[in-house]
Amino acid sequence: MHPGLVLAVLLILTLAGYSLGRRRAEESARKSDRRLLARAPYHGLYVALWCGIPAVVLLLLWTACQSQIADWLMAAAVEGQASTLPEGQLSQLRQELGLAILSGQEPADVGPEVAAALTSYRSFAGLTNAALGVFILCLGIAGLVYARRHIDPGLRARDLVERFAFWLMFGASVVAILTTIGIVLSLLFESLRFFAKVPLTDFLLGIHWSPQTALRADQVGASGSFGAIPLFVGTGLITLIAMLTAVPIGLFSAIYLSEYAGPKMRGWVKPALEILAGVPTVVYGFFAALTVAPLLRGWGEAVGLDVASESALAAGLVMGLMIIPFVSSLSDDVMTSVPQSLRDGAYALGATKAETIGQVVFPAALPGIVGAVLLAVSRAIGETMIVVMAAGLAANLTANPLEAVTTVTVQIVTLLVGDQEFDSAKTLSAFALGLTLFVITLGLNFVALHVVQKYREKYD
Amino acid sequence: MTELTMAQRRRDSIDRAEKRLKRRRRAEARFRLYGLLAVATALGFLAVLISMIVVNSIPAFTQTVIGLEVDFDPETIDPNGNADPSVLARADYGGLIKAALRETFPEVTGRKEKRLLYSLVTNGAQYDLAKKVTADTALIGTRQKVWVAASDRADQLYSRIDRDDVATRGDDETLLGWLRELQRKGDIVSRFNTTFFTSGDSREPEQAGILGAIVGSGLTLLVTFLCSFPLGVLAALYLEEFAPKSRWTNLIEVNINNLAAVPSIIFGLLGLAVFLNFFGMPRSAPLVGGLVLSLMTLPTIIIAARAALKAVPPSIREAALALGASPLQVAVHHTLPLAAPGILTGTIIGMAGALGETAPLLMIGMVAFIVDIPAAVTDPAAVLPVQIYLWADSPERGFAAKTNAAILVLLGFLILMNLLAVLLRRRFERRW
Repeated sequence: MHPGLVLAVLLILTLAGYSLGRRRAEESARKSDRRLLARAPYHGLYVALWCGIPAVVLLLLWTACQSQIADWLMAAAVEGQASTLPEGQLSQLRQELGLAILSGQEPADVGPEVAAALTSYRSFAGLTNAALGVFILCLGIAGLVYARRHIDPGLRARDLVERFAFWLMFGASVVAILTTIGIVLSLLFESLRFFAKVPLTDFLLGIHWSPQTALRADQVGASGSFGAIPLFVGTGLITLIAMLTAVPIGLFSAIYLSEYAGPKMRGWVKPALEILAGVPTVVYGFFAALTVAPLLRGWGEAVGLDVASESALAAGLVMGLMIIPFVSSLSDDVMTSVPQSLRDGAYALGATKAETIGQVVFPAALPGIVGAVLLAVSRAIGETMIVVMAAGLAANLTANPLEAVTTVTVQIVTLLVGDQEFDSAKTLSAFALGLTLFVITLGLNFVALHVVQKYREKYD
Repeated sequence: MTELTMAQRRRDSIDRAEKRLKRRRRAEARFRLYGLLAVATALGFLAVLISMIVVNSIPAFTQTVIGLEVDFDPETIDPNGNADPSVLARADYGGLIKAALRETFPEVTGRKEKRLLYSLVTNGAQYDLAKKVTADTALIGTRQKVWVAASDRADQLYSRIDRDDVATRGDDETLLGWLRELQRKGDIVSRFNTTFFTSGDSREPEQAGILGAIVGSGLTLLVTFLCSFPLGVLAALYLEEFAPKSRWTNLIEVNINNLAAVPSIIFGLLGLAVFLNFFGMPRSAPLVGGLVLSLMTLPTIIIAARAALKAVPPSIREAALALGASPLQVAVHHTLPLAAPGILTGTIIGMAGALGETAPLLMIGMVAFIVDIPAAVTDPAAVLPVQIYLWADSPERGFAAKTNAAILVLLGFLILMNLLAVLLRRRFERRW
């Protein structure tokens, strides 16, 4: 049975359970001449939950494990042929069968073995699916009957329903924790497999990155080399360029908007700057690769400089452009929250506006601004699309912004896009890079939030 | 004598003070100018970015079509004469188009020249013709004027046919000659490019459209919304209304704030390791993309929903509690409806972020070349930003305009969503 169909039937069943439970509660109250302890709709909900929730949970589990189940079924279908076929043909049969199942249609030209295995797979699969579907529906009906028999005017249905709702909400809030645990575990697990092949020190301290491993063990560069220093330097260089662009522009914009601009101008400029933050990064990447990079190359040629077409400068500049709104809006917020009395005090001593800003407002807002800049740095380090499209692939260990460098995120993308096997050091190294990225950005965020929060307490 | 010096000294000091004041005023003006310049630079960048995209996308919205007198030869199309659809679909329509081209330009004879002539028309024209014939078998045996799309190269040349510096490659002149002749006969026109909005991806720029990507994005966002909205609202309700002030609650809060700042590519790695490798879900499917994006948007929605719930004044909760409502009834009947506009606004903004996200989707294989328009959440699909990424990498010149146009469509959707959010906020948000 199709999961969608099962779900639809379950939904109808649950609705029926609601109205049955409700009616039953009203009836029982009338018959026994007692007052209901919970209002009738809560009895309905109680029945509906008993009917729907266990069945839906089972349905979800089934859908999640469906591919594993399909694997077992396929193995079982091939098993029938195992005794009659030589070893080599069996794996081929398995492969052809897998293809036929994936495509979902009758393959035109396959051997009788595949056809037989396919038929037997289909009957297995059909049977299992039908059995599970029926079982799930039975579970729903059983829940309905069970809960309906429990209904009694003395049943505290509302308390039960509310307790369920409470746990549901609690469960939802735990999803965030589970996500973090999932991230840490999946990164850590794959990274450990990587570090079993490549020593941690080689990864963190090596200065040569070429993850391409040769096909045969006796070829040159058979093991690949995984020294991540060039990636860290490249990431650092691009981030530095981005911050050199974004911090002055963002900071001065924030100063102008919070101290000089009138409310009307603020009303126009702030949303416009927020548009910059809302533009998808792939658009910036396209802009960097097809507009900024050729422009810089042209200018470089004009003054006799050799600018690589995938220079760190182009990627960094455009990334800085993307970061401006982060710096400006956060700094704007902290500077606006500096109490007016501090400014008034400075004016009373005869300071000009610029002097007040430079010597009073800015120092007072400094912790918040540092926090904003740190958040922006973490953003720049984790940014992917701009560098994927505009920065290079080759890992050069250089600090020259006119040359092509590569970054951690670029390497993660190039290592994992396309077909991959999950036991080579090459693919696993992407997870090690991911772990490094996660740790660095998490650390930066943590420090930034800490700095911002510490500052906030000062004037409250 | 001393009086004079005193007066002089005073004058000197006034002079110096005035000079200093002037300098300070100049510094003040300079400082203010820096601020203005910074704002102008940022907005200037934005203006350049948008206008470049708009200007470069214009060619993608027009399509050059060539009118050909096609002879629907029954011998070629339907040799058995029984209009069997499987025979009709497999007939040599390419040959018909080539014949029509040869007929239009009878002077072309050489092998090489002929091949050049055939390159005027897109490769996909034969499939259009096949569709036409299968839909209307009465066409067989007639002569009809059929409008077929020009190839990317012909399209590029025709769009600049009035300029002198058009020909760049060796045989451009020959092609131009034919195009001019077609123009003279009125057999070539530029019209609004409907293909771009009605078809999926293609290797040929003139055949490529973004419908597949739009549908893929829609399906992905649907999954994202269905997962992250209920979870986000429930989690926010728990944290804001029910959670005891404990170390555990604090841990959840810190965790959510940190998750909101984790780079998106990390979520892609999570999706790859958990959804694809562990659960064995299909690659390139909107289902997996939506799940990954929902994990990514969940913190945004929770934070926005909590802010909206916090804005509801406690007096309303207390009034409801005083009338005997249970805490859950207070939340569901009073707090949640009052916070709904704020929650929805936050959700829409989170969804807009998810719509523009590319990196995590690359990790779970949503970069495949997919022609078909997806019909279900488990079909392989592309999404708009990934389509942009793929086209941006294509060497054909026609794809440059297509990329810009796709960006414009994506920005259009984002602006619509943000406008919706702003309208919701203006229309329904209450201040207490």
